Formats: sequence, structure tokens, C-alpha cells
Amino acid sequence: MDLSQVLEIASQSDAGRVRSHNEDSIACDPAMGLVVLADGMGGYNAGEVASGIAVTLISSGMKEVLKRIDPARKDAKNGERFGSRMLRDQVIAANSAIFNAAQSKPEYAGMGTTLVAALFYDDRVSVAHLGDSRMYRLRGEQLDLLTHDHSFLQEQLDRGVLTPEEARVSKHKNIVTRALGVEQDVEVEVGSFDILPEDIYLLCSDGLNDMLEDEEIRFAVHTLRSNLKLAANQLVELANDNGGRDNISVILVKVKQGFAVQPGLISKLMTSFRK
Amino acid sequence: MSKLILSLDGKTLKEYPLDKERILIGRKPGNDIQIDNVAVSGEHAVVITILNDSFLEDMGSTNGTKVNGNAVKKCFLQKSDVIEIGKYKLTYIREDAPRPAPDFDKTVMVRPAAPPPRPAMPAPAAIPAMLPSSVSIQSDAPPEKTLPPPQIRQGMAAIQLLTGPSAGRELDLVKNLTTLGKPGVQVAVITRRPQGYFITHVDGAKPPALNGRVLDLQPHPLRDHDIVELLGIKMEFFLK
Repeated sequence: MDLSQVLEIASQSDAGRVRSHNEDSIACDPAMGLVVLADGMGGYNAGEVASGIAVTLISSGMKEVLKRIDPARKDAKNGERFGSRMLRDQVIAANSAIFNAAQSKPEYAGMGTTLVAALFYDDRVSVAHLGDSRMYRLRGEQLDLLTHDHSFLQEQLDRGVLTPEEARVSKHKNIVTRALGVEQDVEVEVGSFDILPEDIYLLCSDGLNDMLEDEEIRFAVHTLRSNLKLAANQLVELANDNGGRDNISVILVKVKQGFAVQPGLISKLMTSFRK
Repeated sequence: MSKLILSLDGKTLKEYPLDKERILIGRKPGNDIQIDNVAVSGEHAVVITILNDSFLEDMGSTNGTKVNGNAVKKCFLQKSDVIEIGKYKLTYIREDAPRPAPDFDKTVMVRPAAPPPRPAMPAPAAIPAMLPSSVSIQSDAPPEKTLPPPQIRQGMAAIQLLTGPSAGRELDLVKNLTTLGKPGVQVAVITRRPQGYFITHVDGAKPPALNGRVLDLQPHPLRDHDIVELLGIKMEFFLK
């Protein structure tokens, strides 16, 4: 199913004001309904390599698998949508590829990347993430964070060691506890959410949300929701105006109308027989 | 940037930013701070500024230089010090330059020995908890302490409607983003940035006009007394 008529996507990636180069990588495919954002880490240019591999492999892998499998189908055993499962499989495959590349070349040793990837299908969105790259949803006037950072800071918050106020000024902001390509095995967190027309989804690297309060993000996206490209541009500018201390990447996805899968002929027939 | 404020008998005369390493004070022309008074020597004193610190040095003047009432030859200036040269006073206003951005290290990953359990309920804030025991940071340098984002200082500005039923009404631009217009018809946004105010076309088939010229898709800087035309209404942007 081609979703380019129902999804509007705008994105921007910027090195920021301090860093000399951009280690973030992004990919958007409105037809597939796939958006991927990765924030690379590791010495020299290895961060870019890791985030680049992640984004490229997940995009191409999803393209292949979507040709064969309908993401709306449900697993008979656990009820999980295939969309969530294929996203997880592709992330795991990318993890192995980055890990092996890091093992094979000394200059890539220790490289890795955070990741947030979302697949839209059948009035749903599945989101896979690792590390502190995030996905938010603007619905009406409300902004909600749909991912839960895998970071040292978030763990401290979860355990009540830190208050949110203390967390804001913590020096451990950039320590993640999960990432792609750092270890042989990876535990991918995958969530799945219903979508509504007019929802706007924001995927971002920590260069955005470390520089801006959630309320500033909400206000900018809500105010400029009729011009997504400008909204993406504005978010990057605001983060830069506040210091721009890290690479800043944003992907905005607006749902123009619902895209539920029409019931197939067989299930229609089945329904009519049951009547 | 720090500065000196020149005053005479309690009346402020002029402000001098300490924008170079040596600021000369004296009677003769050619001094950075020229005080044309017989009690002032031709080359009376100098203020040397290195980074955030400023020093005052008397250059062998006839009548001397005082700081907070005491005669000085050489003096490290502190906040609100008052330099006296003859009847003139120079008040030193120290303004710390914004501290350089901390060297944010790149994102790093730690591997706790075992994934820490996430409580089903948020734990009360007061309960102390142990940190993961074997935390290793994969980075050559620990991250520096984070500073809150620098506050954006920006002069106030406003929009005043010049025509239409609400002519005369003023709208203060107090937010980073202010939208004007009617959704779906014609919408513009005014953004407040450290380098000034900008207007950008957001929505609608016909972009608004700035000083009679129709906006393209790029942000345009707004200058004092610029005229914006939106939904057939003329409005003036001005700095307060």
C-alpha cells in the first residue's frame, strides 16, 4: 500500500553550532510509511559510519520484506502485528552488521548508534528504538513522548534517584544504556500505537530535546503544523539558538487521513456467510 | 562585555565598552575616553582588559587617579568600582562574558552488569537506590557538566495594526513564535531569534507582503517600522 498520499513528511538534519560534523543519519520513505533516525557515536568518523549503516540497512531491509509480508497481519500466537516484528528483525540484522564492521576494522572499534524507526500501516504506527533518540506525538494540542529513553539518566529518574529538575542539569545526559552495534545481541524496544488523522509524529536526536523544553517543542510544532517543512526548520533553528551543542535531527510525519486496510474479499465473504 | 560609565556630578555622560585590550583615558584627542578638563593629564590612565579581567593603571598623571576614594597607581578593577579622575567619575560595570559552551562529549554507552529492573510504579523520589555497580563509560573523556541553555536577550518588539476594524491595536511579540492571520487563508509567523525578528510565510495560497513586496518562502528580517500586509490589513512592526 502506497502511503505517500496520506502521510506528509518533512525532515532536517544539522551539525549544530559546536560539532564540526554531523554523525546523525536519517531516512524517510513516505510510500513505505517508514522513517528512520540514528545518532552515531564512536571516534573519528565511526559514528557517521554506524548511523549510516543503520539507516541504510533498515530502509533497504524493510523495503524487501514489505514486498512479501503485509505488516497489518497479526501473529496467531501473541497477536503482535507483523509490522512491529519486521521492524525488530531489521533492527537486529543492522545490529549484527554494525557490530561485525566494528570488529573487523580497528578504526571502527567501539562504534555504535542510537536509533528510532517508525513504520506506518493500517491506522497504526510501530516504533522501534534504542538509546536516547525519541518519538513524540502531537495530537490536538497535546505532545506526548511515546518512547522511553534507554539512558543512564532515565534509569535514575525511573528509580527515583533523581528528580526531573536534577535530571535537567545532570552531567550524565549523554550516556545511553542501549545502542545499536555495540554488542553481539541487542534488546530492541518496540511499541505500537493507533493513529488519528491530523496526528503529527516527531522523531528526533537528543540534540533537539536537550536544547529545548518539551513545551517549546510542542508550541513550535503546533503553531507551524500547517507547514511541516517550516516546523522542522524552526525546531532546528530553536535548538541552535539555544546553543546547538550537538547534532540536531528531526523528522516530522503528519497523518493527512486514515489508512486502514480495507477488509479483503475473503473476510468480507466470511462475514456475509456468518450473517 | 564589561564597560565604563562616565559621569560628572551624578549625571551620566557616556558609556564606553571595554572592547579592546587597552582603553586610554586622557585630555588629548586620540584617547579612547577623552575628558577635556584641565585637571586631567594629556595621557592620564589606561584600562587594560584581558578576557574578563580589567586593570587600571595611572600613566604618571599630574593629579593622580583614585579608585573608591583611594589613590592608585595600578589596580585590579572589581564590580562597581568607581574611578575618579578630577571631578569625573568612571564606574566599572563588570559583565561576565557567557561561559564557553561546555565540551559536550559525544553520546556514549554504558553497559550495566544486568539490565536494571524498571519499577512498575514510579518510585518515590526520596528512596535512595544503588547505581549499577559495574558501569563503564566507553569514552576517553567524561562528559562535562551541562549548563542551562543561555537566555536569549532580545529587545522587545510589537506589531501595531494600522488599518482594519481593530486599527490601533498593539500586539507584543513576547514569544519565540507568533503567528498572524487566518488558518487556510493567509498565515505568517514572526520568529524571535538572537539576531533579531524574522517573518516567514506559513500557509495560504497568497503570501503576505513586507513593505509592499510579497514574501517568498524564506524568512525575512524585520526592521523597525517595517510594514506587513496580511489579510488586507496593514500593520507596523516596531522595536520597543
